[in-house]
Amino acid sequence: MEAAMGLMRRIPPKNSATALSALLSLLPDQSSNLLSQIDQPLEVLCDMDCGKQFLLCEYNRDADSYRSPWSNKYHPPLDDGLYPSPELRKLEIEANDVFAIYRDQYYEGGTSSVYAWEGDNGGFAACFLIKKDGSRTGHGRRGYLQEGSWDAIHVIEVGAEEEGRVHYCLTSTIMLSLTTNTEASGSGTFNLSGSIRRQMNMDLSVEENRLCSMGRMIEEMESKLRYSLDQVYFGKTKEMICTLRPPSEVVQMTMPDT
Amino acid sequence: MADEESQELSDKQKKEIAKWFLVNSPAGEIQYVAKDVRSILMDEDVYNMAVSEAFPLYNKAHLIFLEMPNRSGEVIVTSFGELSVNEYLDPRTAQVATVDHIKQACTVVRPATDEELPSVYIEDFRCALDAEVIKYVGETYPKGVCSVYCVNGKDVEGPGSNFELAVVISAARNSPQNFCNGTWRSIWNVGFKDDPQMIEVTGKIQVGAHYFEEGNVQLDAEHECMDSTIFQHPEDCAIAIANIIRHHETEYMASLEVSYSKLPDTTFKDLRRKLPVTRTLFPWHNTLQISLTRDITKELGIGK
Repeated sequence: MEAAMGLMRRIPPKNSATALSALLSLLPDQSSNLLSQIDQPLEVLCDMDCGKQFLLCEYNRDADSYRSPWSNKYHPPLDDGLYPSPELRKLEIEANDVFAIYRDQYYEGGTSSVYAWEGDNGGFAACFLIKKDGSRTGHGRRGYLQEGSWDAIHVIEVGAEEEGRVHYCLTSTIMLSLTTNTEASGSGTFNLSGSIRRQMNMDLSVEENRLCSMGRMIEEMESKLRYSLDQVYFGKTKEMICTLRPPSEVVQMTMPDT
Repeated sequence: MADEESQELSDKQKKEIAKWFLVNSPAGEIQYVAKDVRSILMDEDVYNMAVSEAFPLYNKAHLIFLEMPNRSGEVIVTSFGELSVNEYLDPRTAQVATVDHIKQACTVVRPATDEELPSVYIEDFRCALDAEVIKYVGETYPKGVCSVYCVNGKDVEGPGSNFELAVVISAARNSPQNFCNGTWRSIWNVGFKDDPQMIEVTGKIQVGAHYFEEGNVQLDAEHECMDSTIFQHPEDCAIAIANIIRHHETEYMASLEVSYSKLPDTTFKDLRRKLPVTRTLFPWHNTLQISLTRDITKELGIGK
């Protein structure tokens, strides 16, 4: 298992789906472990009832069917599928509506889905999913990307009330890949792909609406992850390129140095 | 529950999967990948088959360079210099290096035979170009190596025939302690045409970088370009070709920097904006009400 995680840390993130299925076939006994620890790009299905798309993950899966957050029906239909309690379903409906607006404001397109389920010791859990195709043939408003995918998976565990406080534990994964054309004579592509996962814990007052609390945490986390991908991770790869081949001005400047 | 139905893989399938992981290793990381693959396979025979097939492919694709034992510099592992599975020509020193692909080391060298080397006529062009490229690579890549091979017409004895050289430049930086590895590889095919007296240059540059501290982010960039110059004396050809290489690589490096500088505010924005279209943080408390009166929001249009 450790070796499998080691491989996932090295294999190009844009090949992660192939890598995961390769690991699953090599380590069939570890399949549930692998599936729970390795995130992979989200898949989309269309809800036949309302024509809206929804996202698939382990949390809305039962046997080989997936539950749509819009119609609450399994696709393909399932006789004895699992459903959240009426109370949780209410929260789920609300969360899907609000999160769709959030998604539209930050992503200007894309697909989102929220699923809730009963947690251990009186709490509950929910996952908030976003998938965006930012390519110029997809939802890329500005048309800069030849290829561009973003998958965000936020799993949040909400504890039971304890002395007026509620514990929230958020685990977020972002996977992305973007490809642009090189802007030099000739032809070429410039691709950056990556995946990072972070966790955030908070104790918040019961007074605050749960959905608001979850939403704020996710918003803060997404902004942090976007920032570190952009500034830290992409920045490090650029630094590496500049070490391999220092830009000419730098060479001239450092030449007289001792 | 459904695990029973997954059928056993054959050794050949296992080997192919192992090979896939190995060949797709990022620059400078195949040894780490091999270690993990070995412990996942738990089958030494399959592992040995996979590494013996994958390492030569990876080494050649990554243009790895290995120190030769007699302090005569480095030999580049490339198909241009490949005489047999583990013998690689170093044209500069006219030596043939025996390479242990899996250890990624050069074990012995021997002088190249006359048949393995180009004719004197070709050697004049090759040598002159090598000297110019060494100068350029020395100025440009702090840890770069280069070599010039004759890939076509090595037995041409004098004017009147076409021949082709290939310039290989490889620079690598591995710093696993900083969770960062990278390579710059370029291959320039230089076709000397007798009629008309032209030299056609096609280049392919590949740049890769991997940063993996608490994450996995990789750059993978490729570029192809073409240029040409006139067929002259070896020294003049060498200078002209080296200038073409310098010009295109410098331009390409600048374009990489442009691609990076456009990321934060342009390119990345098509995936996710820094701030919502409203330019303020999302009003979670208000939208709860909005969601209760969904129909109204729909009429007003989403956002504002």
